[in-house]
Amino acid sequence: MSHTVISYVNAFLVGGLICAIGQILIDKTKLTAARILVLFVSLGVILTALGLYQGIVDVGGAGATIPLTGFGYSLAKGAFNDVDKYGLLGALTGGIRATAAGVAAAVFFSYLAAVAFKPKAKS
Amino acid sequence: MQQVFTKDEYRKYVDKISPNSKTARNASRAYVVGGLICVIGQFFLNSFRQMGLDQDISASLTSVVMVFLGVTFTALDLYDGLGKFAGAGSIVPITGFANSIASPAIEYKSEGYVLGIGARMFIIAGPVLVYGISISIIMGIIHYLLRS
Amino acid sequence: MLEKKVGKLTSRMQKPPVIASAASIVGPKEGKGPLAGYFDQAVDDDLWGEKSWEKAEAKFMREVLAKAVSKASLAMGAVDYAIAGDLMNQCIAASFGLRESNIPFFCVFGACSTMGEAMSLGSILIDGGFAANVACLTSSHFCSAEKQFRFPLELGSQRPPTSQWTVTGAGCVVLSAEGSGPCITGITTGKIVDLGIKDQNNMGAAMAPAAADTIYAHFEDTGLPHDYYDMVVTGDLGEIGHEILDDMLSTNGIRIGSILKDCGMMIFDKKQDVHAGASGCGCSATVFAGYLFDCLKKGKLQRILFVPTGALLSPTSVQQGETIPCIAHAVAIENMIGGNQQ
Repeated sequence: MSHTVISYVNAFLVGGLICAIGQILIDKTKLTAARILVLFVSLGVILTALGLYQGIVDVGGAGATIPLTGFGYSLAKGAFNDVDKYGLLGALTGGIRATAAGVAAAVFFSYLAAVAFKPKAKS
Repeated sequence: MQQVFTKDEYRKYVDKISPNSKTARNASRAYVVGGLICVIGQFFLNSFRQMGLDQDISASLTSVVMVFLGVTFTALDLYDGLGKFAGAGSIVPITGFANSIASPAIEYKSEGYVLGIGARMFIIAGPVLVYGISISIIMGIIHYLLRS
Repeated sequence: MLEKKVGKLTSRMQKPPVIASAASIVGPKEGKGPLAGYFDQAVDDDLWGEKSWEKAEAKFMREVLAKAVSKASLAMGAVDYAIAGDLMNQCIAASFGLRESNIPFFCVFGACSTMGEAMSLGSILIDGGFAANVACLTSSHFCSAEKQFRFPLELGSQRPPTSQWTVTGAGCVVLSAEGSGPCITGITTGKIVDLGIKDQNNMGAAMAPAAADTIYAHFEDTGLPHDYYDMVVTGDLGEIGHEILDDMLSTNGIRIGSILKDCGMMIFDKKQDVHAGASGCGCSATVFAGYLFDCLKKGKLQRILFVPTGALLSPTSVQQGETIPCIAHAVAIENMIGGNQQ
């Protein structure tokens, strides 16, 4: 199998697994979706800081970076990189710097969507 | 009336008779949909890499594209249907993060552009940023202390 | 002396007020349900041409009041009091819906038990000689309720199997001192019951003990045989709450499983994907004003005990981890031979 195909298979397997774990937590613990998101991003940060998440990213690629744990991974990795470059100040700048593109895009696109669209009823 | 239950007994009784979520079904749906969303992410990541961009830029661009897709599906009234089917499969990926920002923004437009869209945008995603950023700062400080 | 009070929770009407008319307006989903033919109107747009869900819900109130009053062949000015409430913060559907009505207005909050509360108070006003005509109305709207109590509509979240679907709709009855029709013969006013349920996605289970308490008290206070009514119908317990209620009543010696019904299990079809059933002020209000009132009028039912149930929670109380206090108000409605001519 080509390298590309393997990357897709791995992304599916790892990303799917992370989502399935989230679903089991929602069903079994009655945690709301908002709490699950907080839990996942926090876990991502902590696992990355402990050096455990990089291995998952190496295998899963987007399967590990697209789930919210991957957002935590970027935050932690960014904070560590900036600390290495700029010292203590980097702890404050690194996380946001590394995730700025995604967050800014979410804010801006959402604003545009809200201006242009209306909520629709469920049936 | 004679209450047959104490509060504790009642809670146990209710837990017993209330139907549980079909976890096996829900988890497999979450697996498939979540996995597929990641495959789409991988497709963009690979494409940006092939265009000769470095790993960090490619990753950032991938999040931007995925966020754009999440917001667009939300605006088109499609993401809530996906979420109903997939549960965590569409909540946990970054597209779900985008959905959690776009959906209150659209919902609270009726309360105005500043206090509606502007203020309510983060009612669900706000905590993610608060905890994610705060913990990353703490980890960064620990990293600094351990390094020196 | 308290000549109308019977027992601890119940009052009997000396001159039972007549339900002169009833009107109901529902949303699109309710309009596709099994009771569709009984409602006065089913609108096909949840916004009903308004700019927000809240404005739409107020319009439901305004229109249903106009319909009920005109069905009673009354002018708005002939209505002495309106008693209304809803689920929105500060009951804005009621007060904004009735803002131009020029009717003296009592705003009540009983969550989804509001119809029972309004009809109880309306009967007291009429039997007490304070009013000739009273309008009792309430509404709920799926979208405004989701927005206030749960999540934005476009958020991709799953509903647990115990959750219930808020009815979009409004119901109104006009009570009159004179005339003919089904009469309110007695009321049993619920007290707050809280058996410690916290899960706002399982409100049926939270409310069932309150319904059991009120129904038990009604039979205890009145001494009526348990099979006196053709139907004992709760507001919005849904499947789980209904099962618990039946169980609790049986344990207390009231075995009425065959006549015990729930509006929350009547308004939608199983296929409509509403999980445990329907809920909301509009659930009991539209099922009564649409279906049950029609059955009474046509004599298919002669006597019913109507028991709307309410979960008295707020988003703040849920976030603070409070349990859910609940209430149920019973209204006895009977066809009286020859109407109510004194």
